[in-house]
Amino acid sequence: MARALIHMPSNAKRGDVIEIRALIGHPMETGYRVGADGKLLARDIIRSFVCRYNGEQVFGAELHQAISANPYIAFFTVATESGTLEFDWQGDNGFAHAEKMSITVSAA
Amino acid sequence: MKRRDALAATASLSVGLGLLALVRPASATPAEMAAAINTFTGGAAPQTGKVTFDVAQLIDNGNAVPVTISVDGPPENVRAIAIFTERNPQTEVAIFTLSPRSGRAAVSTRIRLATSQRLMAVARMSDGSYWSHGVDVIVALAACIEGEAP
Amino acid sequence: MKLILALAMVTASALAADERRSGADFMSPATQAMQRDDAQNPAMLWISGGEAQWNTAAGSSGKTCASCHGDARTSMRGIAARFPAFHAGSAKTINLGQRINMCRERKQQAAPWRAESEELLGMEAYVAMQSRGMPVAPPQDQGTRASAARGRQLYVQRIGQLNLSCAQCHDQQSGKRLAASTIPQAHAAAYPIYRLEWQGMGSLQRRLRNCMSGVRAEVPAYGAQELVELEAWLAVRDEGMKMESPGVRP
Repeated sequence: MARALIHMPSNAKRGDVIEIRALIGHPMETGYRVGADGKLLARDIIRSFVCRYNGEQVFGAELHQAISANPYIAFFTVATESGTLEFDWQGDNGFAHAEKMSITVSAA
Repeated sequence: MKRRDALAATASLSVGLGLLALVRPASATPAEMAAAINTFTGGAAPQTGKVTFDVAQLIDNGNAVPVTISVDGPPENVRAIAIFTERNPQTEVAIFTLSPRSGRAAVSTRIRLATSQRLMAVARMSDGSYWSHGVDVIVALAACIEGEAP
Repeated sequence: MKLILALAMVTASALAADERRSGADFMSPATQAMQRDDAQNPAMLWISGGEAQWNTAAGSSGKTCASCHGDARTSMRGIAARFPAFHAGSAKTINLGQRINMCRERKQQAAPWRAESEELLGMEAYVAMQSRGMPVAPPQDQGTRASAARGRQLYVQRIGQLNLSCAQCHDQQSGKRLAASTIPQAHAAAYPIYRLEWQGMGSLQRRLRNCMSGVRAEVPAYGAQELVELEAWLAVRDEGMKMESPGVRP
């Protein structure tokens, strides 16, 4: 279920430090669990998460199996100018999901 | 049907991760965690301090443990924050890359913990130094075996 | 009369109304924060799907839920707090999930959603969230009350190889420990929940079935009438407590 929710302010003053909270639906199958049929369930995880602010990366994450199912990541960035924040998740089995959020940044 | 018979034979409340997780892989060791930290730091020994690893000491369920790692000092000096565990099957949990635009050197997420163990957060600074904070946590397992997932 | 019956039922159990504590009270602050904060609550992923489904045409009717019910934030307010409820047309008490599927089949000419499916849980959670903060208010009609009375009989009945009743753990031993877990009072006003143990969402029936499996009892199938009647009793037992859906539980 590749549903993602991003919580962040839509407006900010230049220089404000804003918190971004990103939640995505993904089982993050570790590859260590055994299914009901006794067979190992293959690893299937999100491996990377990147946030770009008007094209420039401001935050990145390399994820391993110990990140919980339906990964939640909260981080900060400085509101510098109006524009678009892009969020990219990529993982095993060609998993890729992207979200975009707009921000309006007014003079301090 | 076979599982019901197996349950009947046991006839007791078992503490465990349920019948879906029969095979427990070998866990990492303190030496492996040290080696993984070494790889992250390129051989430098992290100093204790500046980093705060905020996590509950007694954990409701090891499947989703909220953690927040923050680093003191000017946030633009913090390049990366890494999380390691001592006894999960794999010692690395995540590496977060910050930027001079981060504004605050803090990150929150939820992690899986296989058992009670020591956790380490290590921060890489722009001057090439490394700082860390270790915490010990207790992980409770669910009391009842649930049977098949729907 | 209705109030007396409700009070009689509540005092008949071991928990007086003012002793009742939500399962959330037994959780760590971190898990409580996960429920309280919509930005962190994983159930919101399902609810976002449920909201999308609300506005999606279903079945051969081509109707969406909104076609009849408009904005869920208005029309569904207080609805989940009044389920399970006796449905005269079916001559039985049904829960919210069954009511949703009934709408799908009869009004939208759409196939019902499977129990515990992402779609059904998402819709149930979306509807239940519209009652968040409102008091649990089971209907007082004869049919619902009779179901709740039967549910209460099930609640106090010993079952399984371990020969335990719900009441023994959840009325008499709540607050004490079972292995490393604290035994909660088994209030149901947070369902459907995101359960950390499941790493996903599930209904009250899933939780009831887990408990029954835990005491080595024969587990009724999803949708079994005895499960609905247990749910009806739990709603009476919870009467007046605040709806928390979507809950997070360990």
